[in-house]
Amino acid sequence: MNCCGAGLAAECTNNTKDLALWQRDEELRRSGRVMPDGTAEYVFSIPQIHCGACISAIEDGLLGVEGVVASRVNLTLRRATVRLDSPERAPGFLFDVIGKIGYKAMPLDMADQAHEQARQSSELLKALAVSGFAASNIMLLSVSVWSGAEGATRDLFHLVSAMIALPTVAYCGRPFFRSALAALRVRKLNMDVPISLGVILAVALSLYETFTGGAEAYFDAAVTLIFFLLIGRYLDQLMRERARSSVLGLARLAAKGAMVVLETGDIRYVPVDEIEPGMRVRVPAGERMPVDARILTGSTELDRSLVTGESAPVLAGAGDAVEAGTFNLTGSVDMEVLRPASQSFLAEVMRMLEAAEQGRGRYERIADRMARAYAPSVHILSASAFVMWMLITGDFHQSLYTAIAVLIVTCPCALGLAVPVVHVIGAGRLFQSGILMRDGSALERLAEANHAVFDKTGTLTTGEALATVSNLPEAEARIARALALNSTHPASRAVAQALAGTVPIEGEAITEVAGFGMEGIFDGRRARLGRASFVGEIAAVAPAGEGLVFAVEGGMSHAIAIAETIRDGAAQAIAVLRAQGIESEILSGDAPAAVGRIAKAVGIGKWRAGETPASKMARLEQLRDQGLKTLMVGDGLNDAPALAAGHVSFAPATASDAGRFAADFIFTRNNLSAIVEARDISLQAAKLVRQNFGLAIAYNFISVPLAFAGQVTPLVAAIAMSTSSIIVLANSLRLQRRNGATMATKRELVATPGKTIGAKA
Amino acid sequence: MTGLLLLVPIALFLGLLGLAGFLWSLSSGQYEDLDGAGERILNDDGPLTRKTEKRD
Repeated sequence: MNCCGAGLAAECTNNTKDLALWQRDEELRRSGRVMPDGTAEYVFSIPQIHCGACISAIEDGLLGVEGVVASRVNLTLRRATVRLDSPERAPGFLFDVIGKIGYKAMPLDMADQAHEQARQSSELLKALAVSGFAASNIMLLSVSVWSGAEGATRDLFHLVSAMIALPTVAYCGRPFFRSALAALRVRKLNMDVPISLGVILAVALSLYETFTGGAEAYFDAAVTLIFFLLIGRYLDQLMRERARSSVLGLARLAAKGAMVVLETGDIRYVPVDEIEPGMRVRVPAGERMPVDARILTGSTELDRSLVTGESAPVLAGAGDAVEAGTFNLTGSVDMEVLRPASQSFLAEVMRMLEAAEQGRGRYERIADRMARAYAPSVHILSASAFVMWMLITGDFHQSLYTAIAVLIVTCPCALGLAVPVVHVIGAGRLFQSGILMRDGSALERLAEANHAVFDKTGTLTTGEALATVSNLPEAEARIARALALNSTHPASRAVAQALAGTVPIEGEAITEVAGFGMEGIFDGRRARLGRASFVGEIAAVAPAGEGLVFAVEGGMSHAIAIAETIRDGAAQAIAVLRAQGIESEILSGDAPAAVGRIAKAVGIGKWRAGETPASKMARLEQLRDQGLKTLMVGDGLNDAPALAAGHVSFAPATASDAGRFAADFIFTRNNLSAIVEARDISLQAAKLVRQNFGLAIAYNFISVPLAFAGQVTPLVAAIAMSTSSIIVLANSLRLQRRNGATMATKRELVATPGKTIGAKA
Repeated sequence: MTGLLLLVPIALFLGLLGLAGFLWSLSSGQYEDLDGAGERILNDDGPLTRKTEKRD
């Protein structure tokens, strides 16, 4: 693919826009796969898909385009799969096609681990189906036995049950046996240990009964138990998978490679891990820096917000060093690579991130905490039942039978469902409100949080600048908008946005002078938009100050105020958190003045400016040592280690890849009320989990004495276990009840950014 | 008793048939987009999509 690309690039090296397009094609191509029939398949994540009309709009829109063979939208995962007729066709145009239909597409890399995960859940579903089949058939036979089948008929039914149960337990029980073995190997007990022990002993005892012509076999209990537990396991897996696919789905086109300028002058696309020091790379405007490098030729403005958190663009020219991950705003530059990608600034942050994640791995889930107390007590109970019966009756068979009955009725069937069902329903409710959860333990941790830390740029603010243009005559406003529209600089975009009502005028020779501003000729007069000094050269009166200025040659200069926009609901969310006893503070990489202004606006008294990724992480560790459980909200690459070090963390969907990767929750709407809402749900979920545990323990209080007394027949065990599971399930479903908005209106609200969903508090 | 010898295998066979049917539907990808399947009923351009998909 490089060969055809090189030719293409050589033609358009002068045009920085085409160069960026070409790079996009190359990167997308690497994420696609070639199908056996010679077509090429690409998968996009489109978070805005939300209804049937979206499906037909996207599918039909794509099918009408030349080169598209098939398109299929998956509403559940909010993805579109597009097949092109040949792998040679550049796939970049698909973004524009989907964009024209009105959606924003992001490419998905098919090579990642999402595949492995999908396989795992379909394995679980298969096991669930098999155990469901086995459970219903064995139950059918068991009911006949309980209702009075005797003699040869009973033995036959037991034998048939055994023939179904043995392969089922061997096949469907593997997830539990594996996890129990893993726990035992490190000399620990988890829930799966009593489960595996109970199932294996029940089957062994029943086999013995079957072959000696005994009256009571527990095949139904063993298989039903596995069936119920697999439901819990599957739901857990399903939730994690959906969250993961959504998080991955948001992956932006990060610099996965760069255009290397060869000595012959040709340009070749090289994946980022093959770039070596000393190579010469060309980075067009609108791309991220792939590696740490030094600028050789060209000058540009850089958005270093991912690195420093500072929002204002920085001017860079020949000789300046540039970190990987900074965004090239205005000009194409040629650079000399200083370090391989594995040693870049980006990689350094990633290493810090991993270290912090390991720290969080120490968190023990509620279910495991329960297991630590539950498993030993169950084993001791069962053993004491055996000893007691041996002392009283001296009958070995009867004693063993009672001990196994105790193990079977205490099998944590309801406990296995208690947590996952609540988490799945919680994740579903969050999903509907535009919040994605990475895994179930995040919901537990969120409920425990008692301190909040916010990043500023991109978190408390939207990261987009807001321009205030006043007293600009209509004719000049049209010129200013024309200039602003020709640049991707944040300030220009803000000006274009502020003047959205005016029609731009046709101009000539509109150019961007990197680091200074825009210039163009309109009706024979020069006009400039940019730095005060730059505009002052042509204005009648040199403007005072430093800010953004616009002027037409020989005319008045107009100052344009640029301010950060505070995210909707920021102040309210912080006030609500405070009312709930959670104090907030700001950690920002930006300058003190900017941070102080925002802190005042949102009502936070405690803030720190000029923070680096390492110092942010250190602050979070310090908070942890003080015994606080920190809720971290951030977006940038510089926040990533802090996000991972926090007890629980949030990132907006607009965050950097690293930020999203590190966060537990990702909110796709523009409003910070998402945090308050997620916390509400987490508190409800925590309450329900506690209730479920209470119910499960109450059940044991009734069933254990019965089993101890030798009164638990297979019939009693079957009824008791099913009832407790159903009660726990029914209780968990209460989380689904929502106050206020119905599902339909909520969906609409989520689908329309800008509109806000009122925080419930 | 002889009735059982016939009925138990029949019951098991029917159960297995159901299980096989489910496993087939699972492997043919019918559970991959449950939300979408419900919405697609309302789209009347089904034949168009099917036609184009058959071509490849």
